[in-house]
Amino acid sequence: MAGEILVIGGGIAGLTAAIEAAETGYDVILVEKNPYLGGRVSQLNKYFPKLCPPFCGLEILFKRMKSTPKLKYFTNAEVLEVTGEEGNLRVKVKIKPRYVNENCTACGACKEVCPVEAPDDFNFGLKTKKAIDIPSIMAMPFQYYIDDRYCDKCGECVSACKYNAIDLNEEEKIIDLNVASIVVATGWKPYDATKLDNLGYGKFKNVITNMEMERLASLNGPTGGTIQTMDGKPIETIAFVQCAGSRDENHLPYCSAICCLASMKQATYVREQYPDAKIYIFYIDIRAFGRYEDFFAKVKADENIEFIKGKVAKVEEVDGKLVVTAEDTLTGVKNKREVDMVVLATGMQPAIEPIPGIELDEYGFVKPKPGIIPAGVAAMPMEVASANESATGAALKAIQVARR
Amino acid sequence: MEKVGVYICSGCDIDKLDIDKLKNVAKEEFGIEAKVHPHLCSKEGVELINNDLSELDAVVIAACSPRVKTAVFTFDGKYVERANLREGVVWSHDIDVHAQELAEDYLRIAITKAQKAEKPEPHLEEVSKDILVVGGGVTGLTAALEIAKAGYKAYLVEKEPELGGWAAKFYKTLPITPPYTQIEEPVVSKLIEEVKNNENIEVYTSATIDAISGQPGMFDVTINQNGNAVNFRVGGIVVATGWKPYDASKLEEFGYGKFADVITNVELEEMAREGKIVRKSDGGEAKNVVFIQCAGQRDENHLPYCSSVCCLVSLKQAKYVRELTGGNAFVIYKDMRTPGLWEDFYKEMQQDEGIFLTKGEIKDIKEENGRLVVEVTDTLLGEDVEIKADLIVLATGMVSTLKGLYTVKEEFPDEKTVPYKHIYEPRLIKSDEDVEVLKQAGHILNLQYRQGPELPTLKYGFPDSNYICFPYESRRLGIYAAGAVRAPMGIASCIEDAKGAALKAIQAVELVAEGKTTFPRTGDIDFPNFFLQRCTQCKRCTEECPFGALDEDEKGTPMPNPLRCRRCGICFGACPERIVSFKTYSIDQMASAVKSIYVPDPNWEEGAEDKFRFIVFACENDALPALDMAALNGIKYSPLVRVIPVRCLGSVNTVFIADALSKGIDGILLIGCKFGEDYQCHFIRGSELANRRMENVAETLERLMLEPERVQVIEVSITDWDKIPEIIDKFVNQIIEIGANPYKGF
Repeated sequence: MAGEILVIGGGIAGLTAAIEAAETGYDVILVEKNPYLGGRVSQLNKYFPKLCPPFCGLEILFKRMKSTPKLKYFTNAEVLEVTGEEGNLRVKVKIKPRYVNENCTACGACKEVCPVEAPDDFNFGLKTKKAIDIPSIMAMPFQYYIDDRYCDKCGECVSACKYNAIDLNEEEKIIDLNVASIVVATGWKPYDATKLDNLGYGKFKNVITNMEMERLASLNGPTGGTIQTMDGKPIETIAFVQCAGSRDENHLPYCSAICCLASMKQATYVREQYPDAKIYIFYIDIRAFGRYEDFFAKVKADENIEFIKGKVAKVEEVDGKLVVTAEDTLTGVKNKREVDMVVLATGMQPAIEPIPGIELDEYGFVKPKPGIIPAGVAAMPMEVASANESATGAALKAIQVARR
Repeated sequence: MEKVGVYICSGCDIDKLDIDKLKNVAKEEFGIEAKVHPHLCSKEGVELINNDLSELDAVVIAACSPRVKTAVFTFDGKYVERANLREGVVWSHDIDVHAQELAEDYLRIAITKAQKAEKPEPHLEEVSKDILVVGGGVTGLTAALEIAKAGYKAYLVEKEPELGGWAAKFYKTLPITPPYTQIEEPVVSKLIEEVKNNENIEVYTSATIDAISGQPGMFDVTINQNGNAVNFRVGGIVVATGWKPYDASKLEEFGYGKFADVITNVELEEMAREGKIVRKSDGGEAKNVVFIQCAGQRDENHLPYCSSVCCLVSLKQAKYVRELTGGNAFVIYKDMRTPGLWEDFYKEMQQDEGIFLTKGEIKDIKEENGRLVVEVTDTLLGEDVEIKADLIVLATGMVSTLKGLYTVKEEFPDEKTVPYKHIYEPRLIKSDEDVEVLKQAGHILNLQYRQGPELPTLKYGFPDSNYICFPYESRRLGIYAAGAVRAPMGIASCIEDAKGAALKAIQAVELVAEGKTTFPRTGDIDFPNFFLQRCTQCKRCTEECPFGALDEDEKGTPMPNPLRCRRCGICFGACPERIVSFKTYSIDQMASAVKSIYVPDPNWEEGAEDKFRFIVFACENDALPALDMAALNGIKYSPLVRVIPVRCLGSVNTVFIADALSKGIDGILLIGCKFGEDYQCHFIRGSELANRRMENVAETLERLMLEPERVQVIEVSITDWDKIPEIIDKFVNQIIEIGANPYKGF
């Protein structure tokens, strides 16, 4: 077993690829740009179709990680450049300071004294955090970090820390790795909804994205899991707008594969809290492939969930209510619904920023080449199950090179 | 373990407890001089432990939850037990005398467990690392090639005389790599060549499997190749037997069997391979071809699921019509399902002016003046449409080759057996003959496992797994399914899928070679030992093991196969004779831990509710993390409760309950994962089994004149941290209401 394997990205695909390769007996290094592992799925409330919490699978992954000495990881780490060829790839990695070292026991004394409130990216700014904080309640590593965009280095936390865990002078490091193969599992980001001018995001506060809905519904989210309008009112009517950016030449020409199912899942969140709420799902095609059709059938059976075929043309605010208008291009028939809240099923965009040595296709997805193996949504849009499959297959391709 | 060291951390508010009293527990009750450090997980703290290690067999860390600082508190070759004083006591309780008593009990439990643990040794065998691939279609070919490329030998077994499977029977295929825009020549012939030329792959065509016995690393395979038996040994298996088309003769509503010119998508492929698309009735060229989507799929009466690829297949076949006849193709669909980058293919086909795509429902298919007419209703235009057709192609769906097979006994319960809730459609069998008849329907692996010959399935014949998070993890260690046998998918997906299953098979052979288990307790070398002299052949363990690890001799005595075992402890929970134990997780250890809890004197004055004692057996995968998170959120619960983590609720033996009750514990709560069709248990049915066993316990309690409420099972999920404390407190109050355990003090 010659070379090491590098996995870029510590979301569900990266974790799976790294753990599967390490458990097969290979040395693996995982780098993650966030201060925590778990990626997008750690922001989700539940998975479709089982409506089970992502933390459940993450817990097992983290546990496996802890008992696999062959797997090492760096958070706050970004790949700057890849050179060389399959079997002998050289990678430059920037490790940004966390300012909190492994002495941290996550006791939380630092957070209590931190005077700086900062927007919480994990919650899409729907709530604040402290400049020193723990990314989430299930964070791995379970260790605080300082967000240096907001920290003013007042030093309160340093005095409060009994464990000598905070170093405000920690500096950025560049490390050079030499690996046999690289799994690129850089995942996705939600398409920027402000680009969808006709749908009112950023203009009307009760137009939110599907990822924001995940946070609203999460127990550790901004509202403690209560789904409500941004003015704190209960939901009587809500509309989900499918293909918000996806399947659209002006935005994302491809289909994001998961948004239909994600919206149906979110419809069940609303239903759980509001037994009588009217839920409208505007769609072009409902893409509930494979066994997920069962989930579609279950959601469709709910009388108060109406599926309306048609692409949404606009969202307006009329007398404090949101009005969603969909138009059928063939018939010209217009469908209007007045609602309290609109959820845009924004699509998945590859999250990777250009890295010299890694090729991207026209949409920004990672192209495979010898020794460089895309996995999960870095390769194409897919849901969690497919991402895990893709990642496991990527682990095989990676070990084939590493064993030579 | 004889030499146990005890280390108490006084950091993170643990020093709010009386540390000297904790030290006294170790000293006076166990004769151990505990050491205290204010930051045990620091370098100096760990150094303190390291300095003593040579003198120790086991280390008790009385600090934070076992879920944190795990790597820091791992010491090579030493048994580690954690007493959860931080999340379990100081962060989840007001600090008072009760919290102190709780902490002391946690220390007693941890020291007892450490003392009762034994040193595990791996079960080592001479193993084969070769891998068997069953099925020679695209998935199987890819799996074999990828296994060979990883340096392992593959045996490829195909029942047909030729390799290639369905893909070899297709005229053209969808693209297998981006851009997904053009139809392509099938790749399968290239794959076949590569497989045939690879010296690390041994191919057997016209061959089926007569038997596979043994365990991972040492599966003995007997195949039947044209009547001749061939034997070989492999370490792991990839099942890639693919799919079969849904039986179109059941699709009378679409005119199949009634009109000669109604054919299936599979039949169209054959026709196209002949180079022409014609009416079957008179051989005339088919100029107008109508494709009907969801011919059986998404229909409760046929295949309730979606076959994922039929929309794309029909688009591809529409292109055949364009290329071969220059005629028109009409595709009638419910939803056009071309997810992800396949949207590009859909868009490309939309550019073709001879391909008409219409959403609609089929109202009728009839013959008018010798021509077929398709009546479509519920279209987007709001009106009914009639399309004259030379040929109607039904886009029939894919059925897993496991569907309809006799897989495992639990899917075919007899009248006496209660079916498991995760079995979607248990099929009742009445006699052993029924089983023999069922077995005639065909077979794939013919596993010589006591529980049945094939991979257990979930719904629709898809192999059972936690399919969102761990899609390849089957219920048979070393055996992994890939391709259309696992879920409906197209060729591009099959190729990807084959790699994943190949990796899992390779991983399994590497792990079992070192005596280690696989997911989810990967790397665990400890395995269950059976003290068979005391076995009463009740067969509970052999029936309940979710992984089929135990076979049986003719008397019904279990014959363990340690390399099949996933170390959940369900067998150990099942055994009424208490004869199953791991070295590091044993009946004696757990029962002693229960008995180590200090139960206050029963002669208390009225109203001394704080002398009640409760035990919560918490699944370490879901309930325990949820309790940790409750603590992090500062949610408090009754300090009268002692939480004892278990590998799985299925590993809770009723003897623990009996011991607890006879010791004077007032109530016992088991908290574990959800069960049923959408089960979350990582050991498939541990929580369901716990539930069943406790139903029996309830009867016993009533016989002993104890209230059945004293023992309860609760299902939670890991994010129910807001609810678990409430559940616990409610339980505690309920039992306090009922009154103290009358056996206290006896």
